[in-house]
Amino acid sequence: MWRPPPCRHVNIDAGAGAEMSEPAFRLVDDERDGPRVPIFETLAVSKSFPSVRALSGVDFRLFPGEIHALMGQNGAGKSTLINLLTGVCAPDQGEVRLGGQAVHFCSPQDADAAGIRTLYQEINLCPNLSVAENIFIGRQPMHGGSRGGPINWAEMRRRATEVLAGLNLSLDVRKTLDCFPIAVQQMIAIARATCVEARVLILDEPTSSLDEDEVARLFVVLRQLKQRGMAILFVTHFLEQVYAISDRITVLRNGERVGEYWAKDLSAEQLIEKMVGHNRLGETLTRTVDTKFSMPVVPDSPQNNTVAQPPPLVSLEGVARRGMMQALDLEIKAGEILGLAGLLGSGRTETAQLLFGVERADAGSIVVGGTSRRFRSPRDAIREGIAYCPEDRKREGIVAELSIRENIILALQAKRGWLRKIGRRQQQHIAEIYIARLGIKAADIEQPIGLLSGGNQQKALLGRWLATGPTLLILDEPTRGIDVAAKFEIMLEIRELCAKGLGMLFISSEISEVTRISHRVAVLKDRRKIAELSAALANEDAVYKLIAGVTE
Amino acid sequence: MSVIKQILARGSSNTLIWPILTLLALCLLNLGFNPHFLAVRVLDHHLFGSPIDILNRAVPLILVGLGMTLVIATRGIDISVGAVVAISAAMAAALLGGSQAFAGGWSVGAAIAAALGVGLVCGLWNGVLVAMVGMQPIIATLILMVAGRGVAQLLTAGQVIPISNPAYLFVGGGYWLGIPVSLYVAVVVVAATALLLEGTALGLFIRAIGVNPVATRLVGLRANAIVFWVYGFSGFTAGLAGVLISSNLRSADGNNAGLLLELDAILAVTLGGTSLLGGRFNLAGTVLGALIIQTLTYTTYSIGVPPEATLVVKAVVVLIVSVIQSPTARQWLLARLRPHAAPARAPL
Repeated sequence: MWRPPPCRHVNIDAGAGAEMSEPAFRLVDDERDGPRVPIFETLAVSKSFPSVRALSGVDFRLFPGEIHALMGQNGAGKSTLINLLTGVCAPDQGEVRLGGQAVHFCSPQDADAAGIRTLYQEINLCPNLSVAENIFIGRQPMHGGSRGGPINWAEMRRRATEVLAGLNLSLDVRKTLDCFPIAVQQMIAIARATCVEARVLILDEPTSSLDEDEVARLFVVLRQLKQRGMAILFVTHFLEQVYAISDRITVLRNGERVGEYWAKDLSAEQLIEKMVGHNRLGETLTRTVDTKFSMPVVPDSPQNNTVAQPPPLVSLEGVARRGMMQALDLEIKAGEILGLAGLLGSGRTETAQLLFGVERADAGSIVVGGTSRRFRSPRDAIREGIAYCPEDRKREGIVAELSIRENIILALQAKRGWLRKIGRRQQQHIAEIYIARLGIKAADIEQPIGLLSGGNQQKALLGRWLATGPTLLILDEPTRGIDVAAKFEIMLEIRELCAKGLGMLFISSEISEVTRISHRVAVLKDRRKIAELSAALANEDAVYKLIAGVTE
Repeated sequence: MSVIKQILARGSSNTLIWPILTLLALCLLNLGFNPHFLAVRVLDHHLFGSPIDILNRAVPLILVGLGMTLVIATRGIDISVGAVVAISAAMAAALLGGSQAFAGGWSVGAAIAAALGVGLVCGLWNGVLVAMVGMQPIIATLILMVAGRGVAQLLTAGQVIPISNPAYLFVGGGYWLGIPVSLYVAVVVVAATALLLEGTALGLFIRAIGVNPVATRLVGLRANAIVFWVYGFSGFTAGLAGVLISSNLRSADGNNAGLLLELDAILAVTLGGTSLLGGRFNLAGTVLGALIIQTLTYTTYSIGVPPEATLVVKAVVVLIVSVIQSPTARQWLLARLRPHAAPARAPL
């Protein structure tokens, strides 16, 4: 069990004014490290989980008075590293040092006691309690001091007001938390995290629920904390925010540290290159023509036929929802695959949810077959011939304890209504058709679908929607977490369906997958569409360049 | 020993086997004490005997259990059914003219219709709270469980209202073709419910909602509407049970009619193999569960368990049945019975 070294952090605080000035920071560079020591570091930490090596030999340094961005793709090891730093799990090898001393946190509480505060994407506060209570819960000032006694409410309110004033916030601390917008709640969470002996602040995607103004406010606060000597670790998927706020960047890839860079020395393009890896270029070059979807099957490819285009199957016109998606225009034609490419948090799934009526758009309209519609529920979208294979197969897709047969006919039955039951024999017939056609491997169609492998579940869900005879199919991460063979089969099936005239919106976090299969690729970034590429131009490089904001 | 093993192994595939075995065991126990237990005599053109008596008395529980089964299948619970029974009984009695609160004098048909209607409304009220407002089912129905007794007392002006209308008494206490009328009611309602669930797609939808409400919404089902009507149905069956109980007891008692019936109903549902986790239901199982509870009550009296020990005996039997029904316990037992065999398949 780690115990805080006496007074060490006090020194940092006391010296904040002088030491935090810009010149002192130059010392962070490797060759000019000088007397400055990182407050929090990992030395060659490794961590493995039963099926995967999440981190191998990662060095990471966090200095007082800096904002440090931790970057990497999904699965690069960011979360694992943060979990090691915050005591959620312990490293297999290597050590974690705080203020130069090795520490062994057994739990997040240990880390918290050592002055390491973590803020997660969701705000872990109690909306029903007052602001003051939220800030001081668990360490309320008592009338009897440390010996207990009744809570000293006046003192608590006074100190809460004081802490918030330190963050440039003036609000009535007696009001309940849910009276305030998310950004202010986030600020209150920071106040709670920093009001007592905090030395390190870890922010895990704190901005994903904030809009631009709110982010700006948050950043003002973060800069203040930095001025006071706090070491801040910041994880986000928004590249612009990384450059707006951070001093240094550590990039992880496949569980290894790619490097540590000054933010001002690393361009966005370089950063993405480091995150994605160099072999991506080779991969792109070796991509052969035959893997690219053959274009001629598209009857109305924009290049060939600019004169008389058929109306699009579905088009989104300025569809937006506050805090979710900025005004978005998209068109999908029959027999066309429109790919959505973007980093996590760029609005890929949100687009699908707005199009399918899972979330209601608060602006814009969805035009289906020439008529403008408003989808208030998936039901409305299904009626217009739209189908949606959701991203989270387990939570949103399968009904685990029902049989394969029941899962396959569920959407069709829902579309027909409860009175027109599909007979048992017909149900079997439909299920068998899709099991055969999609090559679902199952011992028995009466087997609960939850027992199937991920790939077979995905195929069954595909079958569920195909059974409804859709005109537009939205596929959100259809190949996530399934084995290579199943992935290949699903991709083949998608192409075949498309050749038969089905329109498709294809979403995947693997940008190469999107560019390979799509006729057009819409590139999303920070919840808006930034570009659209035709198949000829769409390759992984081009997409990454667009995301990085590089124009040629 | 091998018989036990077979039964244990088969028990996982056929959920009805446990309630059937339990019921058989209770009957055997009764036969041991009273060889004429199963004898049914014709007396005055009416069937008489313990089996008829048990069936007849189990009817309200069967009805309430049906509604409860569907509610539980949607991963909910309705603990207000006992109070709804009291409300509906009070409504009927008041309208028939027994109460000072109402002028009374309604026709029997109208009084029964009103009692059923008020049950339905009570259920739909729960449905609004659960499906529209999004309250936790146990809290939503707790409100009516507490408030419902008050409503029933208001309707009866705090009195036990005697009912003397012969047509009304016929419903819960009369005989037709030698068989108690309430048995016909039960058969009709059970058959109609089964038809409604299996003849339409409602059964599938209810199970899907119980397993995965999120996915159910994404396939385009109006899960909220279905849940709303399921609670309505539960209220309706409780209303019907209220009519039968008040008719059988020839009185409506705001305080005691249907007291703790919700617990017996939940028990009947679980004994019948419906999972409290939702997603699975078994109407026949619920009927058997209700019969088990009624037979058990009968048995404790007939074999001379002192009245003060009745509840304890009941509890012990229920405990044993529940443990045997649990897949985990069954695996454990199986493993003990054949120590050298490979470990049994994990429960689903």
